[in-house]
Amino acid sequence: MDSIGVLMPVPMSPYLEQELEKRFNLLKLWTVPQKSQFLKDNSGSIRAVVGNAGNGADAELIETLPKLEIVASFSVGIDKVDLNKCREKGIRVTNTPDVLTDDVADLAIGLALAVLRRLCESDRYVRSGLWKKGDYKLTTKFTGKTVGILGLGRIGKAVAKRAEAFSCPISYHSRTEKPELKYKYYPSVVELASNCDILVVVCALTEETRHVINREVIDALGPKGVLINIGRGPHVDEPELVSALLEGRLGGAGLDVYENEPEVPEQLFELENVVLLPHVGSDTVQTDTAMADLVIGNLEAHFSNKPLLTPVV
Amino acid sequence: MAHNNNHTHLHGQALPKVLLLLPNPCFAQVEANNSHKFHFLKAWASPLPQDQFLETHAGSVQVLLSSSIGPPITAQILHLLPSLKLLVTISAGLDHLDLAECRARGVAIASASKIFAEDVADMAVGLLLDVMRNISASDRFVRDGFWVSKGDFALGSKIGGKRVGIVGLGNFGLEVAKRLEALGCNILYNSRKKKAFVSYPFFPDVCELAANSDVLVICCGLTAQTHHMINKKVLLALGREGVIVNVGRGAIIDEKEMVQCLVRGEIGGAGLDVFENEPHVPKELFALDNVVLSPHHAVLTPECFTALRELVAGNLEAFFSNKPLLSQVENN
Repeated sequence: MDSIGVLMPVPMSPYLEQELEKRFNLLKLWTVPQKSQFLKDNSGSIRAVVGNAGNGADAELIETLPKLEIVASFSVGIDKVDLNKCREKGIRVTNTPDVLTDDVADLAIGLALAVLRRLCESDRYVRSGLWKKGDYKLTTKFTGKTVGILGLGRIGKAVAKRAEAFSCPISYHSRTEKPELKYKYYPSVVELASNCDILVVVCALTEETRHVINREVIDALGPKGVLINIGRGPHVDEPELVSALLEGRLGGAGLDVYENEPEVPEQLFELENVVLLPHVGSDTVQTDTAMADLVIGNLEAHFSNKPLLTPVV
Repeated sequence: MAHNNNHTHLHGQALPKVLLLLPNPCFAQVEANNSHKFHFLKAWASPLPQDQFLETHAGSVQVLLSSSIGPPITAQILHLLPSLKLLVTISAGLDHLDLAECRARGVAIASASKIFAEDVADMAVGLLLDVMRNISASDRFVRDGFWVSKGDFALGSKIGGKRVGIVGLGNFGLEVAKRLEALGCNILYNSRKKKAFVSYPFFPDVCELAANSDVLVICCGLTAQTHHMINKKVLLALGREGVIVNVGRGAIIDEKEMVQCLVRGEIGGAGLDVFENEPHVPKELFALDNVVLSPHHAVLTPECFTALRELVAGNLEAFFSNKPLLSQVENN
């Protein structure tokens, strides 16, 4: 199989690279100075692309690779893969669902606790050497707060299960209501935001959900509300989010994703009611391995004409 | 002496007395809300030194309010309160009270541990998630501009499937267990005695517990037995990948040894809300990314304060109407 060219646009996992190199001819695009020339030169042998959350396969790349058969994404969200183009050309697409569900859901809870209880701010305070006896600052209790979940898929349900252990009442908005779950459904995002303390964004990024968190929703969440984004940066109108936080119209935010990673609005750096993470939702040693194994599994299945493990297209 | 003129019921009977030794914002609120029911005797407001004030004015006092930031309630103080029957502390910790002397004198103790349990458990879980998923470290990384210049942060460690050893399965420990179970952890514990209605595996020896755990969460109180209970042996048993979280009291851990273990990489990380000598924190910890530090904030939420005021008032009412206390501590 090592004459099969597999293109990786950016580094994403040393373990994955190592495993791909054992089995295929791995072409690391980021190491090449003349990228378009490189793609032209190798277009005859590239039969697979391994992308990630930030780098998939857009129409332009797909057009450049006439031998492309499969896009295996090292992520569960595949908003950076042009699915229509893939369908049109009969290109298969796989992602990495389930193996990262727990880690991402854990991070949502971790972000909520860090924002409400000011963990990062307190850690900074202690490290500054300024802690004086008797100094105290009230923070906000997490247990019992209403958690609103936007997108009640695998990860959304996992967030709900965890929040329930903190006695948090759960409400949600989803494309369809799920009456078998005992959570309160709201037919619109604004209504969800108006009726919860902590809004967790965890739906897929599509045309419909781009900027779903806009000024109206942010204002509905309000000066005591907290936004947790573990979905995609473009779910949130970022300039609106920044001004709401600076003006105190929103109580706080825990962000793992941004509109233009790795750029993070610097005006947020001064705020103590914000926690800023560098897209680490599924970044644990264990999950990195599990995701990589799934990518490899999908590629091996495809090139042996076996059923794909986790197909999207 | 500061004197509240409404010390009598409508029927002319004196209001029951409640003694406070030092001011405290929580007590002030309790007093404001309950001055028609109880007479709050304030030792600090008197020109007399405390001992003399107590001798002169507190002979018939049955109830004392205390906090862990007030003066320790020593045998000496108790000796000056011959009528004392109830000590209400607004802390969960009891290490500021001479428990043996209270026991000998038949003084009941009511604490606030039930109220704090949720907030403390939230803090313990928050610290654990922060250490294992590098939340504070990577937030720093982003704010320093390193995501742009250096690339991705290092991988963290998955919470699910980890064996969590809880040291002290009282109010705090049980709330921590409930939350961590929902995150997929396997719960083990050590306690003074095995708990009858709990199915988690019990380890009578804390070193054995550490050897069988990926994470240790310290939720017990500080007593002579638990002082430096988490020593070098226990830490080495926890091991290079092990994480320790402390929301109990600093002195339960041999802090010097723990710092050395962290610096040498003999344990994997720590989330600490309490320290042996607050507000002093060993500076060696400031350089470590696998450590998260909190200035003893576990119970500082407004919701906690409100609940606390209600609990204190509730305990006072119960005592003076001869009803069972709301939050009596077993002192035996």
